[in-house]
Amino acid sequence: MKPRHWLRPALLFLLLAAGLLLGGCHRGEPLPFRLTNISGHMPDLDFKLTDDSGKAVTGADYRGKVVLLYFGYTHCPDVCPLTLAQLHVVMQRLGPLADGARILFVSVDPARDTPAIMHAYVNAFDKRAVGLVGDARSVEALSKRYRSAFTREPSSADGTYEVSHSSAIYVFDRDGRARVLATPSASQDDLVHDLHLLLDTGATP
Amino acid sequence: MKSPTLSLLLSGLLLAGGAHATDADHIRASHAWIRVLPGALPAGAYVTLENDGEQPVALRGAGSTVYAEVMLHQSSRAGGMSRMSMVDALNVPAHGKAELAPAGYHLMLMQPNAPVKPGDTVTLTLQFGDGSTLATDFIARPANALDAGDGHADHAMPAMDHGAMPHGH
Repeated sequence: MKPRHWLRPALLFLLLAAGLLLGGCHRGEPLPFRLTNISGHMPDLDFKLTDDSGKAVTGADYRGKVVLLYFGYTHCPDVCPLTLAQLHVVMQRLGPLADGARILFVSVDPARDTPAIMHAYVNAFDKRAVGLVGDARSVEALSKRYRSAFTREPSSADGTYEVSHSSAIYVFDRDGRARVLATPSASQDDLVHDLHLLLDTGATP
Repeated sequence: MKSPTLSLLLSGLLLAGGAHATDADHIRASHAWIRVLPGALPAGAYVTLENDGEQPVALRGAGSTVYAEVMLHQSSRAGGMSRMSMVDALNVPAHGKAELAPAGYHLMLMQPNAPVKPGDTVTLTLQFGDGSTLATDFIARPANALDAGDGHADHAMPAMDHGAMPHGH
């Protein structure tokens, strides 16, 4: 019975291969991201902050949405508005899919940014943007979690000051898992492409 | 009461004026706009300056009757961090141009004495190295605008780093 001897290992191999493939599908096949893939290298979205309507929120409140996390402050007249304006263009290009995404703009200036100021600010850019504020410790905890940083620069004579901050945009899937990192020099096409992957696929129900 | 000294002085000034135009005479400003933010938050102003002269011209800052304070600033990125700092001057090269554009040089406008709305025109008086000035009309644009909105650049597919390079266009 030679054929049987040959059949058994072949079947076993096929089963194993099928099992591996199925397992791969279940855990989500690696998506062909164009931006820096940080899947598995950064912790899940988690924080305790206050949203721009004054409500206490955590990372879990945004499960089910693809999240674009960006740190900045409202007294930032140049780079923060530019980034938010560019993210607005990205959201426009996504069309109705953009409703499945949220821009979370976290203030690194707890002393000046209140929920009301943040509300007016983020809504001037995109209706799917949420402003988040918190005490210095909560914001620092979130910033450190993503190896991000911010520094309050010395005040000038009139008491005003600037805040230096990380310029990266962190993208999380619907399960709150960190997926890609966009630097300000990343192409907008690539960001649209990667957001399509996260919004289109059923990989993250 | 015409004194010969005064006449001489005046004609001398006129002659000097003819021979040496001021910095402002050589500068053409275009694509001037302000990104308006809600409330009394500081706003950024942008403009393209072209110098048709033989000498470089330094932009030192600007004044305004609408904003209490105007500062020449530069945004920069290093090591993944965004920073903003005050600068003394921006050089407009001879027969060249300098762009004040998002993520680069800009005029930071603080404390408006009246709300500025998108669509408004605000005059800023640009100040140059020799003390000469150039009154320039800036168009106020919405917070999420990316440029002056005058069709100066094609933004069908703007890159994320648009405006990051002062001489990109």
